[in-house]
Amino acid sequence: MFMQRPKVFTVKVVVSNREGASDPEGQTIFRDLVSKSGFKQVIGIRSGKFLGVSVEAPDSTSAKQIVMRMCDELRIYNPAAHSVTVEV
Amino acid sequence: MTRIRAQVAVVKFPGSNCDLDAVSALRKFRNVKADLVWHEEPSISRYDAIVLPGGFSFGDYLRAGAIAARSPALERIARSAEQGLPVLGICNGFQILIEGGLLPGSLLRNTSLRFVCRWVTIRVENDSTMFTRKMKRGQVLRLPIAHNEGRFYTSEDELRRMSDAGQVLFRYCDEKGRSTASSNPTGTTSNITGVCNRAGNVAGLMPHPERATEPILSPSGSSDGSLLFKSMLECI
Repeated sequence: MFMQRPKVFTVKVVVSNREGASDPEGQTIFRDLVSKSGFKQVIGIRSGKFLGVSVEAPDSTSAKQIVMRMCDELRIYNPAAHSVTVEV
Repeated sequence: MTRIRAQVAVVKFPGSNCDLDAVSALRKFRNVKADLVWHEEPSISRYDAIVLPGGFSFGDYLRAGAIAARSPALERIARSAEQGLPVLGICNGFQILIEGGLLPGSLLRNTSLRFVCRWVTIRVENDSTMFTRKMKRGQVLRLPIAHNEGRFYTSEDELRRMSDAGQVLFRYCDEKGRSTASSNPTGTTSNITGVCNRAGNVAGLMPHPERATEPILSPSGSSDGSLLFKSMLECI
């Protein structure tokens, strides 16, 4: 019987400040760069940190679950101040 | 009455913190009027030379110097540079000039991912520019560095073009002037830590010459930073 080799998935993790928490970096990029440069359609910017996580897993759902567990257990984000989005 | 020979603007951005050191270093020279000029002042255009000091600007969000590089101040400075005026960027000022496209290359985070603050030795690579004419090619200068994003990076092709055009001004080196991996504190391409534009009137460097203009402030008694200001002021 063949052992199925696990596939590699790239899971995208974005950590940003929680809605309502102030985000000086995003505000500065918006106020001092973007809104001063004529992009009037842009009405706000939130900054964050991106992690591209390569995961070996049988399918995308379990890849995402592994990364979500990693984010929680290793405190990749601070739940008191940050929100996290995980996408495969 | 002493005639003012050169008027130099030291441009202050929100976050600049080496601005007064630069003003002080420039005022040591006779007949030089050095003004601290807020970045929004249109009067920037009226000076004979412009210095962008070290520190930070706009929180260094996005990338160090990236927001200041899109400010009206840099448009004015770019116009002055096109007319041949000397423009010198130190540390964050260097980052701003690179982000604004006035100087080639990129400044990335140090290889160690740490803020590196120490005295270093650098070698003069081109002594015929308006920023280095008081130095000798191969001369070793002692200056301090203090930054997190100062790893000068450029492609091999661009490096060749820059070298051929004499745009490499300074390289990190050891005490004897040899550029080795161990004398490169931040992992820059080819040990480079100071460059100029093709025309030779816009220059930037990561080390702080303004912090090395008085022997009493240097552990080795260095006042090598004065050579850079002296070179620039004599060209005005």
